[in-house]
Amino acid sequence: MSVELPENVVVSKLDALASWCRKNSLWPMPFATACCGIELMATGASRHDLARFGAEVMRFSPRQCDLMIVAGRVVMKMLPVLQRIWQQMHEPKWCISMGACASTGGVFDTYCVVQGVDRFIPVDMYVPGCPPRPEQLIQAIIDLQDKIQTEGTTFGREFALQRRQQPKRALVELPIIGQLPTGRELSV
Amino acid sequence: MDTVQEITAALAEQFGDLKVSEFRGQTRVVVPRDRLFEVAEALHGRHGFDMLVDITCVDYLNYRDARDRFGLVYLFCQTVDGHRLTLRVFVNEPDLNVPSLVPLWEGANWLEREVYDMFGIRFAGHPDLRRILMPAEFTAHPLRKDYPLQGRGERHNFPVITRSSA
Repeated sequence: MSVELPENVVVSKLDALASWCRKNSLWPMPFATACCGIELMATGASRHDLARFGAEVMRFSPRQCDLMIVAGRVVMKMLPVLQRIWQQMHEPKWCISMGACASTGGVFDTYCVVQGVDRFIPVDMYVPGCPPRPEQLIQAIIDLQDKIQTEGTTFGREFALQRRQQPKRALVELPIIGQLPTGRELSV
Repeated sequence: MDTVQEITAALAEQFGDLKVSEFRGQTRVVVPRDRLFEVAEALHGRHGFDMLVDITCVDYLNYRDARDRFGLVYLFCQTVDGHRLTLRVFVNEPDLNVPSLVPLWEGANWLEREVYDMFGIRFAGHPDLRRILMPAEFTAHPLRKDYPLQGRGERHNFPVITRSSA
């Protein structure tokens, strides 16, 4: 049995419709702490024009945002602030880790710089580069839109998936140069 | 006004046991710790050094031919004639107390807090000797040479926020 559809009517799933709406109107929360923030500003400015992808409404209140862009290194003192802002954002929300420092600590392998924000908050998309060009950030946003479209659901069930939880590497303490790993005794 | 040479000569006359040296036009005076405040007071009042440019410290652990562990560096400027003068004070563990210069230069406040934070030098008489850069719960002094470059794991010591907990 077939049903005749009138003109200009499309049948879809509610999940796909909700994801389509969400992906085309991302409101970024610019968590810019270093030079990546300058590239983030350039991405939002007229030449690269993030508005083409519906993500130009930078809000400095986490309550109004659904995409956190961590741009720059995060130090020990800043991490509780980052976590608090992440928790203040409403679901559904996504996170882009922009640049080498936010993703891995970059060249700042020092006592005070967190070695990747994904150790402490969930990250959806990583942007390599030091700093990344605006095109790279735009590519990350396009990829994130694909991700939202393909796995997004109306009620956010995908966020409860096991593989979307904390990545495994965050639970492992990397060995520190000049110091024995914890739990191992020096045998003489 | 006096030249830097005349100022250091006057200082050496007033406080007999100062070591004055000059290198490439920069004069430095090594002061014993218990005379630091008097010398600084003379610089501030009598010789008109109205600006404290910087206070910092060097850890000489494992340094070749070094006899003292910490060497404090005080950089002063006299803005009328543009004279600059460096004071060095050497301190050793376990007594890391140094008189604070906050009564003379207000700007010494944060500089001394930074030196305390990074090296653990205690400034006696400082009005508010707290950490200025590191978090308050941090226990080490990270610019000491016996502190590992990557820290002792403090940077990983945070709660983890997962997708389902946020």
